[in-house]
Amino acid sequence: MAYPDDRKYTKDHEWVRVSGDTAEVGITDYAQQQLGDVVYVDLPDVGRTITAGESFGSIESVKAVSELFAPMSGEVVETNPYLKDHPESVNKDPHTTWMVKVRLSDPGAASGLLDSGQYETLIG
Amino acid sequence: MTDTSVDELKKTPLNARHRASNARMVPFAGWDMPVEYSGITEEHLAVRTRAGLFDVSHMGEIEIAGKNALAAVQRISCNDAAALEVGQAQYSGLLTPDGTFVDDLLVYRMAASHFMLVANASNVKKDFAWINEQIKQVGDAAAVDTSSRYALIALQGPASQDVLQPLTGLDLSELRYYHFGHGEVAGGRVTISRTGYTGEDGFEIFVPPAMADRVWQGILESGRSADVIPCGLGARDTLRLEAAMRLWGNDIDESTTVMEAGMDWIVGWGKSDFIGRSSLHEQKEKGLTRRLVGFEMEDRGIARHGYSVIAGDRPVGVVTSGTQTPFLKKAIGMAYVPIDSALPGSGITIDIRGRASQARVVSIPFYKRSRR
Repeated sequence: MAYPDDRKYTKDHEWVRVSGDTAEVGITDYAQQQLGDVVYVDLPDVGRTITAGESFGSIESVKAVSELFAPMSGEVVETNPYLKDHPESVNKDPHTTWMVKVRLSDPGAASGLLDSGQYETLIG
Repeated sequence: MTDTSVDELKKTPLNARHRASNARMVPFAGWDMPVEYSGITEEHLAVRTRAGLFDVSHMGEIEIAGKNALAAVQRISCNDAAALEVGQAQYSGLLTPDGTFVDDLLVYRMAASHFMLVANASNVKKDFAWINEQIKQVGDAAAVDTSSRYALIALQGPASQDVLQPLTGLDLSELRYYHFGHGEVAGGRVTISRTGYTGEDGFEIFVPPAMADRVWQGILESGRSADVIPCGLGARDTLRLEAAMRLWGNDIDESTTVMEAGMDWIVGWGKSDFIGRSSLHEQKEKGLTRRLVGFEMEDRGIARHGYSVIAGDRPVGVVTSGTQTPFLKKAIGMAYVPIDSALPGSGITIDIRGRASQARVVSIPFYKRSRR
């Protein structure tokens, strides 16, 4: 699967798509492959502040549980309601399945993240 | 934690086949094993509705033969091997004097004085040393670790007999549950056992390593029209958990007794002696303080191995296995709980990463196949 160049990536295998002062956050195709069948995504409440590099939720596959790490800091303004009943969409469409929308405290911080080419190099 | 280099891992005779088929490989008990092929959910459902094919060659085989082989097996194994006819297998435990598990195993009676024990991969060396030590005093019985002589291929699911029958002259309809026979499959000399670790009908086939790939490919070819697919250890684990089959290292080990694990049905109570006997009789008489139970989550979340069962802030038990099951589509698991919480219907609380989550004790197995 190609990694879209309309967004940034982290070493923890999240993607973040910035639009103005808000951003959508999800996990990469590589991450969903490593996890296997996703059965449950545990997300923070709207209004909570998340901090770049820190855990903001968890994702459970049949095999294991993994933490979700915030790619950028900000306030959660929306969580994806579709995920509650369709966690498998993370496996099917990882790059269109956003998990949270965040109002960024510093939209410029995106420049410090990986672009699609750098991310592809990272995962080999 | 550093990963063990792939080069240091043992490889089954089917390793090249798994890698060529793009299975996801992981280190497991010192082996380089496939954890999933097409995905745990898909593989799990294939076994429940059609059939799936597993490489379980990492399992160990220890054979005991000699004039006193039966007496040797009777000493080390808690079930009653005298009840076995030649060509029959039984599930049993290799116990410590305390009645806890050195390992759990299948005991096959190959001939009147020849038994084969099938043991967990991670325990083979330990089991072999234990057995040798324990059977010394029996005399005229020798144990041999014959693990490298066999590849072990499991075909599991309701379509198993229809898929396997065209490949062998052995009449599988005559082969009863927990019985085995010898014959050919795809030209290879094999032992076919009607056993498994999935809660479905199926077969485990002991194959000479050099023939493993031919048998594997032959079964997949025969199963093509029934959509039989190769499966990994991930689905094997979710399948066995739905069937509430215990996993050594998770649900049972050297700190848990047969009684606590709810496995008194594998004890040959009428036997005059075996290692662990007096402890088990004592427990039976005195009663238990904790017991392994099945549970279903009522709150959202999955309780996994090692999570605490709590009462207030206090840990009172431990989850031994847990997952979201692909077939029943519920979060289930097994846990040791205080005996007063062990009855089906009891509410228990599990600490899921800091969140007190409600679960309910249910009777096990979670899944039981309908017999045709």
